[in-house]
Amino acid sequence: MNNKIVFGSYVPVKSILHRLDPRIKLIMCIVYVILIFFVNDWLTALWLLAALFLAIKLSNVALKQYWQGIKPLFLIILITVAFQILFSSGGKMYWHWGIMAITQDGLINSLIILYRFIIIITASTVLTATTQTFQIADALAWLMKPLKVVKVPVNQITLMLSIALRFVPTIMDETTKIMKAQRARGINFNSGNILTRIQHLVPILIPLFVNSFKRAEELATAMEARGYDPNAPRTHYRQLTWHTYDIWAALGLGIVIIGLLWIRIIF
Amino acid sequence: MTQIKIRNLTFKYPDSKSLVLDNINLDIKASSWTAIIGHNGSGKSTLARLIDGLLMPTSGLIEVDGMKVDENTLGIIHQQIGFVFQNPENQFVGATVADDVAFGLENRQISRLEMEDRINSALAMVGMTKYKNVEPINLSGGQKQRVALAGVLALMPKVIILDEATSMLDPRARQEILTLLKKLKKEYNLSIISITHDLNEIELADKIVVINDAKIAKQGSPAEILGDKELLLKIGVGIPASQQLQSLLVERGVTIPQKYLSLEELKNWLSQQLQ
Repeated sequence: MNNKIVFGSYVPVKSILHRLDPRIKLIMCIVYVILIFFVNDWLTALWLLAALFLAIKLSNVALKQYWQGIKPLFLIILITVAFQILFSSGGKMYWHWGIMAITQDGLINSLIILYRFIIIITASTVLTATTQTFQIADALAWLMKPLKVVKVPVNQITLMLSIALRFVPTIMDETTKIMKAQRARGINFNSGNILTRIQHLVPILIPLFVNSFKRAEELATAMEARGYDPNAPRTHYRQLTWHTYDIWAALGLGIVIIGLLWIRIIF
Repeated sequence: MTQIKIRNLTFKYPDSKSLVLDNINLDIKASSWTAIIGHNGSGKSTLARLIDGLLMPTSGLIEVDGMKVDENTLGIIHQQIGFVFQNPENQFVGATVADDVAFGLENRQISRLEMEDRINSALAMVGMTKYKNVEPINLSGGQKQRVALAGVLALMPKVIILDEATSMLDPRARQEILTLLKKLKKEYNLSIISITHDLNEIELADKIVVINDAKIAKQGSPAEILGDKELLLKIGVGIPASQQLQSLLVERGVTIPQKYLSLEELKNWLSQQLQ
């Protein structure tokens, strides 16, 4: 593995955030993302940005590494923002051509969207950089627990999720292998226009799907042989326990929420 | 004592006409090592799956420890028989080594406290204690098969079925797994049924069953089966090194005892002759 982090991958270092219970981290991330939509002026925007910077600082992962993770998504963000600038109307108009126009409201809206995009992506990267995927799955399972009342098969969903996550690296490996095999047969993935490039995905995807189904079948047999019954109750090896520092984290979240509300009411 | 009894067992897939297994009768003794060999597609894997109740026979009877294998006994059968499959990757369920070993225990509703002990001792048995919290992507094929074996051992089965479990490993990892199995079998009085093409693995068995064209072609001791060169060539496992050496010596006019000798026995015999 190289040192560059991809969007959403775990960074194995020691920090306060790494030590936190995945449940509180997940809740914090979700609440934070909701809070982003309450931002309506500079002060609230700065307040939440400060909270995010504090989280980044506490995660012991360098800001540069986060930037490395977000960079591949930046093009998508820029396109969205450009559309927002060109195609929204209202307020003072600075420039127009056909249906496209740059207006004051368009500029403000696009600025807000840019802010939301970057903040949300960074916040979720903080979560995934400090929490291993299976821990996130555990936290999700815990969050979904109340759904059992309305007969949602939470246990099955959780197992599905954790198996899916466990097989991500395996399938990635397989994709590389298939690409190499197809290259050996003469496919050039780096040439041609966008249409031929998309066409070249077909000989990767089909073997990938066929193999995945085979894998799934073998895995199902192996699970049955080890006594798995989807409808039977199971015990759980991995258990989450709350610690005192999780309470501090919850308190921190409370301060961020109250601070935001206070700024909105006062100013 | 007979541990697994198979009588008049016939199996075919619902949508096919040809029989995969045709009137199989077989007894497997407790704490024995049985090798099942045969061509690809001869039905040997199907036989193993039928014994574990992963498939249901078209007709005939399978008994494990006096209990008939059917839908009602599946839970108990799966507990008594541990199954290690061919592909190390496709039987790894957990996110880490410990989680994977825990999977079978979770299914058995073992309490969290007992689970920890059982996982630790199972990992110690296969020598993977150091890797307890490692993710599967960071393990080699041989290590994954060890974990699969630990997952099986944690459930304390009486029988372990290896369905070409070493075929995807390199020679060294294969030898390590076989040595480990030999040790575990002795320590815990396990029965082992191995389905294999590997001659080293075949030589470990007390009894060899040859399956050809859906029927049992021959069964007997390693000496009987491995001495039968024609049969071995026909089913495509090849001739053991000791047998090849024996026939080469005979070709050169050396008189050799007529019975089957393992490599070790042949070595001793030769050094005796040379003195």
